[in-house]
Amino acid sequence: MTAPMRPAPSACPACAAAPAAEAQAARDLPRAQIALSLPTIHCAACISKIERGLDADPRVVSARVNLTLKRASIEAAPDVTAEEMRALVEGLGYEAHELDPGTLNATATDRAGRDLLMRLAVAGFAMMNVMLLSVSVWSGAEAATRDMFHWISAAITLPAIAFAGMPFYRNAWGALRQGRLNMDVPITLAIVLALVTSLWETMLSGAHAYFDAALALTFFLLAGRYLDHRTRAIARSAAEELTALEVPRATRLTDGSEEQVNVSDLAVGDLIRVRPGGRMPVDGEIVTGTSELDRSLLTGETVPVFGGQGQAVSAGEVNLTGPLTICATAVGADTSLHRMADLVAIAESGRSRYTSLADSAAKLYAPGVHILAGLSFAGWFLYTWDMRTALNISAAVLIITCPCALGLAVPAVTTAASGRLFRQGMLIKHETALERLAQVDTVVFDKTGTLTTGTPRLINLDALPPEAVAAALALAQGSSHPLARAITEAATEAGMKPADIRDVTEVPGYGTRGFADGREIRLGRAGWTGAQGVPESATFLKVGDQAPVAFTFTDALRPGAEDAVETLRRQGKRVILMSGDTRPSVEVLAHRLGIDHWMAEALPAEKAARVSALAEEGARVLMVGDGLNDTAALAAAHVSISPASALDAARVASDIVLLGNDLATIGTACTIAQSATRRITENFRIATLYNVVAVPLAMAGLATPLIAALAMSLSSVTVSLNALRLR
Amino acid sequence: MNILTYLIPISLTLGALGLAAFIYTVKSNQYDDPEGDARRILSDDWDDHPKP
Repeated sequence: MTAPMRPAPSACPACAAAPAAEAQAARDLPRAQIALSLPTIHCAACISKIERGLDADPRVVSARVNLTLKRASIEAAPDVTAEEMRALVEGLGYEAHELDPGTLNATATDRAGRDLLMRLAVAGFAMMNVMLLSVSVWSGAEAATRDMFHWISAAITLPAIAFAGMPFYRNAWGALRQGRLNMDVPITLAIVLALVTSLWETMLSGAHAYFDAALALTFFLLAGRYLDHRTRAIARSAAEELTALEVPRATRLTDGSEEQVNVSDLAVGDLIRVRPGGRMPVDGEIVTGTSELDRSLLTGETVPVFGGQGQAVSAGEVNLTGPLTICATAVGADTSLHRMADLVAIAESGRSRYTSLADSAAKLYAPGVHILAGLSFAGWFLYTWDMRTALNISAAVLIITCPCALGLAVPAVTTAASGRLFRQGMLIKHETALERLAQVDTVVFDKTGTLTTGTPRLINLDALPPEAVAAALALAQGSSHPLARAITEAATEAGMKPADIRDVTEVPGYGTRGFADGREIRLGRAGWTGAQGVPESATFLKVGDQAPVAFTFTDALRPGAEDAVETLRRQGKRVILMSGDTRPSVEVLAHRLGIDHWMAEALPAEKAARVSALAEEGARVLMVGDGLNDTAALAAAHVSISPASALDAARVASDIVLLGNDLATIGTACTIAQSATRRITENFRIATLYNVVAVPLAMAGLATPLIAALAMSLSSVTVSLNALRLR
Repeated sequence: MNILTYLIPISLTLGALGLAAFIYTVKSNQYDDPEGDARRILSDDWDDHPKP
């Protein structure tokens, strides 16, 4: 290393010399930033144990555990890999997973949230002080004292509102420039008009100033905005963590040596090694090796397909048995995984037409407020020919009608509902997802990976001769193929002992074979064992020259699948099963769950088209799916849910992510969404009721700043309390 | 009423002090890990000397 080694500035050179020199050396190179997810940590002892363990490694510069996010961020010497750190933490007795730091960057600094919080604090500070001054005015301060209080209030309010109200001014300006009206236009107008009339009144030493009302308005509205932002930030950070858990890495072969590289660094023509259990990082062609490929995430097929030399593979397929070397034919945005994005974009254009409840309320509300304020101004001006009175009264009307409660009505409810759903393992990603979920009347399920877990289960164990099962167990127990594992599990559970078979070898892509009593015994694909294929997923055992025996499998149901279908049907919703899998296996599952409408061997575009057709018939479709073949349908549906085990593309396309393994929460989610929407409309009604009472007063010129402050605070508090009833 | 000349500036200064303290806590990332910070105070790792 050529970097100069300076002695560390330390009061005690003896105790700090060696580590300081090392740290100094590390500081001259870009350090490795490593993030680990630690799902099981829960206490103070966990924090100090992990931090001490990490700090004990001389190459670690700093380590910090975040208990709220259950995450550790480590800064270390450049040659340290995340895998080493993960092993270190696992050695301490905690579960650890590597996180992709590139994906997490956005969560690290939540700039927008901090900005809003700061404005909220300024508005809160100013409001409290001005309120205090106003209370003395209301309780009878007069003449010079009142004027002084008004002037002090003005001095606090003007800079505070200029800073705190910025988000509203910006939104209002943006809407006006495009010739639209949104909720922020009446807000901005009310704030500006209130300030102008109050200043004018103060100058003329008048009795009424609305500084406190303008500030309270800003404060309550900012509180609503902040709640809204937080709910979405929590969902976004949880969704990002899911993505970051899948670190996109591949093993590249260069001149016979293997190296770990990021998937984004791969180029067409690279040779890539994919181990059994690994996922194809790119589209390519198999150069060497034979294996079986699990395509269920792409097509919904549960039966693995054979993969041999020269066969094309696409990104997202899982290699099951033998190691493969593939030559990349398409990388990055050209892979079939990404091409699906076009289909998603087309499907999504249909959804953007949804207007949220808040927007449709604003559409009715904003013009109404402006007309009322304009009318009262014109009426009073014509009646008294006094500009000051007319302006005062129209400012009062604007302030009293201002959508303080409306601004809180939606965020307060969605925050309460999202929090409740989050505790049940549901992540609401989209802001209007709850409203849309409440309208659902048709539910479309995908099969593989959604209603089923994607892991096979042996079903004909009782019908098989015991010696065949014993032989199959002996051959299967060494293999990691999902069907072999299912045989091992079922046979061990039934108390079977493996037969005495020697020389067991796995033939990747075909099956396993061994020898007993001089006869060859094979367990594997139909073609390899000389058997006739059967419609369901199956594997075959052939002993010597005897006829092969079929072991048939079915997909294990995901926990709560039966409950979910049953609950949804009881709620009066139509349930449809749509799968890319073969006809018989879809039919069996549909009967088992009691689903009358089903569709098999559906291509991705067909799924999306069917969902769009349902929408055109007037149905509000909830799509639940996990695979690449569902992505377009997820985007086309009115609202969509995907499990956390889904492909990244599917999770991005869906509005709600199911974090747990249990599907039963879907039924509950629909109920919660419905009661949330009911609360929102109730809140709108409460806000309107306050307006109906207060507006005539204001238009009659009877509203004092005290009445304005009371009406505003009361309606905001009632609305928030009503939202909390959701728990 | 002359007391107001002192009381109003005092109350405003105290309020501004609170605001400044809050803004400082936001700027120095003190709300990043509320749960962890609540527990960290229980650990006695750095009781004898500060963390290097």
